[in-house]
Amino acid sequence: MSIPIVNYLVLEPQPHLVAQECTACKAKFFGRHNACPKCFGVTFAEFEVPTTGVLKTFTIVHHDAKGVPVPYCAAVLDCGGMTVGGNIIGVDPDPEIITRGMHVQLKTYSLGTDAEGVEAIGFGFEPV
Amino acid sequence: MSENVWILGIHMTPFGKRADLDVLDLAAEAALAALKDAGVTMKDMQVMGYGNLRGGTSGQSLQKQIGQTGIPSFNVSNACATGSTAMRAVIMAIKAGEADMGIAVGVEKLYGAGLLTGNSVGSGPETWTPTGRNGAIKNLDGFIGTSGMAGLFAQIGLAYNDSDPRADFELFARISEKSHSHSTLNPNAAYQNKMSLEQIMNDPMIAYPHTRSMCSANCDGAAASVIVSETKLRTLSLEQQRRAVKISASILASDPWTEASQEFADVSTVTRNAAVAAYEQAGIGPDDLDLVELHDCFAAAELVHYDNLGLCEPGGAIDFFNSGATWRDGRMPVNVSGGLQSKGHPIAATGIANIWEVATHLRGEAGPRQIQGAKAGMAHVIGLGSSCTVHILEKSGL
Repeated sequence: MSIPIVNYLVLEPQPHLVAQECTACKAKFFGRHNACPKCFGVTFAEFEVPTTGVLKTFTIVHHDAKGVPVPYCAAVLDCGGMTVGGNIIGVDPDPEIITRGMHVQLKTYSLGTDAEGVEAIGFGFEPV
Repeated sequence: MSENVWILGIHMTPFGKRADLDVLDLAAEAALAALKDAGVTMKDMQVMGYGNLRGGTSGQSLQKQIGQTGIPSFNVSNACATGSTAMRAVIMAIKAGEADMGIAVGVEKLYGAGLLTGNSVGSGPETWTPTGRNGAIKNLDGFIGTSGMAGLFAQIGLAYNDSDPRADFELFARISEKSHSHSTLNPNAAYQNKMSLEQIMNDPMIAYPHTRSMCSANCDGAAASVIVSETKLRTLSLEQQRRAVKISASILASDPWTEASQEFADVSTVTRNAAVAAYEQAGIGPDDLDLVELHDCFAAAELVHYDNLGLCEPGGAIDFFNSGATWRDGRMPVNVSGGLQSKGHPIAATGIANIWEVATHLRGEAGPRQIQGAKAGMAHVIGLGSSCTVHILEKSGL
């Protein structure tokens, strides 16, 4: 049994992110919305976000709330024209290594298992 | 044509550690001093705007300390733009003709608050339970990007002008070097010690490229302003008219839809929209400004707002800063108070404090840091989420 960290991470058949797309104006966003923030439409379709992207900007967080493992690289990515937030993983969080314009690929990893044996799955982006 | 509005009196308390005072003491210190500066009393006030983000106080609790006259209080909460939003509410009431004089107060006790981040993560749950609109099974800060302000604004700065590689650690540190130099002339600043570029860059890293001294300073403080209609002002003494400061533009805006705005806070579009509207309302342009206080909550924020406020050519903020324009002896002095990084950032007080700084220069009362001959200035504040206030002020010609 496994559960994604957020409901817009879909694990099967291959892990990918799913956005809501306004059927009227094609604006895309993650998570449940009451109406489209761009055109106020109220019908949405699911949009499969490409699993590859380009790193637009980043930071390396050294101090965070208690319990958050630091340092880590938080980044903003362009995945097929949609802006996506996520961590850069699988590489040292070092500004000499992580660069703007870098190509990345979605990867999942285990966040641990709860008392009922359910494994939580997180995601991040690895340089390709 | 609605009524012109003016600042009749304004005050900012010293920013820093004010351990002997509680939130209401600080709010009262600012409010009573603003009233005294204006030459009026609570009896003359017809409306109050009040902001205190983290202390749980209200305009009514302040009134119980300084004067219960029964006037309404608009208790506002608008993140870091809380104080200037409270002032905007008073301005709107006067412009609407429902009052001819009112007071706005912003106050915060933040000294020693430490790093302001998302919620604490704590220990894991017994069972993973999806909650909220994203069905999150845990606090996402640090797992899907960062919700910490230092990191968020770092991302905004490194994205400047299509991720211009010249927007780097050293550039942002040099912006902080300016802030920590300017504040040496400001006796109200939380930090008044000059810092070298080397000291700034070697300070502990909070969120690359922001070291500790490149982040806004948590401190205690309050600011208050008394606002008056022009019709009422003209009935007051010549001295009150001479020291009054004209509010040529008062704009409050929220972030409009942009493709990225729901994933990556957009502080630029809202600032650009507010600035354009403010210049239009004031009938003056950036070249007419003698000084600007902008919302440098982190060093990177200052760079992007040079551009967003139209202080430089589009895309030209790096060259603009490198020209020395924004130092106090430059052609467009920015944050001569030391800014949020060095003067300090007691959240709900900041909006009015930035306005106080500009107003004090226009009155010619800024002491050693006075920008000589200042006739017009701008005060800009961002509240994350995102809101923006822009006020353009002009020296009295009365």
